[in-house]
Amino acid sequence: MIEIDRITKVYGSTTAVDAVSMTAETGTITAIVGTSGSGKTTLLRMINRLVEPTSGEVRINGESTEAIAPHLLRRRIGYAIQGHGLFPHHTVARNIGAVPELLGWPREKIRSRVDELLTLFSMEPEAFRDRYPADLSGGQQQRVGVARALASRPDLLLMDEPFGALDPIIRARAQEDLRRIQRALGSTILLVTHDMDEAIRLADRIAVMDAGRLVQLGTPAEIIARPATGFVADMVGEADRPLRLLSLIPAAEIAEPGPAEGEALPAGSSLRDALSACLASGREAVAVTTDDGAPGRVTLDAIRRRGELV
Amino acid sequence: MIGGLLRAGLVAVLLVLVLAPGWVAPLLAPLAPEGGPVIYDRASLLSLSLSHLGLVAVASLAATVVAVTLAVLVTRPFGASFRPLARSVTNLGQTFPPVAVLALAVPMMGFGAGPTLLALFLYGLLPVFENAMTGLGNLPPATLEAARGIGMGRWQRLRLVELPLALPVILAGVRLSVVIALGTATIGSTVAARTLGEVIIAGLLTSNTAFVVQGGLVVGLFAVLLHDGLVQLERRLSPPRPGAGRR
Repeated sequence: MIEIDRITKVYGSTTAVDAVSMTAETGTITAIVGTSGSGKTTLLRMINRLVEPTSGEVRINGESTEAIAPHLLRRRIGYAIQGHGLFPHHTVARNIGAVPELLGWPREKIRSRVDELLTLFSMEPEAFRDRYPADLSGGQQQRVGVARALASRPDLLLMDEPFGALDPIIRARAQEDLRRIQRALGSTILLVTHDMDEAIRLADRIAVMDAGRLVQLGTPAEIIARPATGFVADMVGEADRPLRLLSLIPAAEIAEPGPAEGEALPAGSSLRDALSACLASGREAVAVTTDDGAPGRVTLDAIRRRGELV
Repeated sequence: MIGGLLRAGLVAVLLVLVLAPGWVAPLLAPLAPEGGPVIYDRASLLSLSLSHLGLVAVASLAATVVAVTLAVLVTRPFGASFRPLARSVTNLGQTFPPVAVLALAVPMMGFGAGPTLLALFLYGLLPVFENAMTGLGNLPPATLEAARGIGMGRWQRLRLVELPLALPVILAGVRLSVVIALGTATIGSTVAARTLGEVIIAGLLTSNTAFVVQGGLVVGLFAVLLHDGLVQLERRLSPPRPGAGRR
């Protein structure tokens, strides 16, 4: 568990981060969302002490980050940034193995860990191990950057706009990969982004920052349904709120028995997909597959009721 | 391919000039005064070349060590305030003419290799220092941020990331410094350092253009070949570019 306790950073007369307190449970993704200058990156960088807090404390599994030298602390916390920051003069394998190397792991253990991570990120170890970052595509570089951050099995992974430099299609795939890998490894992730869509898609909990303060912390559904301030509502996008809420609800959740024309939506579709299918086909209901595999349908009325924000 | 052939040709010419200068006597004869010697024979060109290269190597090595150390120190946070001072000192080394350094150093150090080494050392500082500053000052910020973020200490960042990435630029400075030193070393012969300048000066004193051409050609060929070798080394040490594949 990560506990952030009234952490503050003051630069001269401006307060970049103002007494922010929050906790992140082990094995969850927390997205810190805000506009530029909201203090979200400063908050993240205070966790691994790239920025020293003016006051306040961060505890990782109960242990204060002040209790350990900054560079040793950072070896226990994964760090992935926009533009990946790979070492251009080192091979992919050496980049991924950088932290284990600093920690003095035996060569064989590093090698097998590197291969394991490459496989996890769908990159053939034989083909990629000895290549240099300049020879990889943007998406591959980004994956190597995240693999490097995960290499030493850190207690916590910090990500600062990790997908910021990717085009939309590659970005969506990278987000899916991250979600899949996070579930497989049970990692705890704090992710900074300015993109509310990304936060809603990835995070278990979203922290919204505005002018150095934490203005709301909640699940994506809570943030969408009950934005605490006008700023949060703006970040979510007032007009898109019902659609965003629908995108979080699996279609199977409100499926009812009964017939519907047309092909069934694939399993795992959201109500937003169901609505889209209804509108596209001009039908009042769309066929879905429920969790137990039984056929069912979702009606436009049911979607409408579920999408109301009250 | 053409570069390879040219290089081999230049090496061959240099070897002949240094090891068997007699072979080129017919070519140089028209340049020598009537009845005068065509080939310099008061000392072997090989031993003069080795001594010349030795002086250049020692002075350039010392200049490189000092200049890079200085650049590393003043690019650290604690050394930033010394940056203008370091710049002035290295600039002074460059603006002070080597001849003046020789003239001033002889009364203190006596005749021989000492004053020449000092002059070459001072003259060689600036290119290496300026390039090291440029190399260390223009590293990709995301890479430096990542190096800090994954838990490298100051020394590790310098050794594993900053110096290797700045190395090609630093080497370009060393190359410049070495080439300048190769030419400049010839004037060391005016204060009795053993260099190829001896051949050139002997030629000038006796109006023997054949000597001047011999000394000049040997120095020039060394400069061209060393320059070429260092360029190759820089290429090899540069981080791979897209499409370069495995090295």
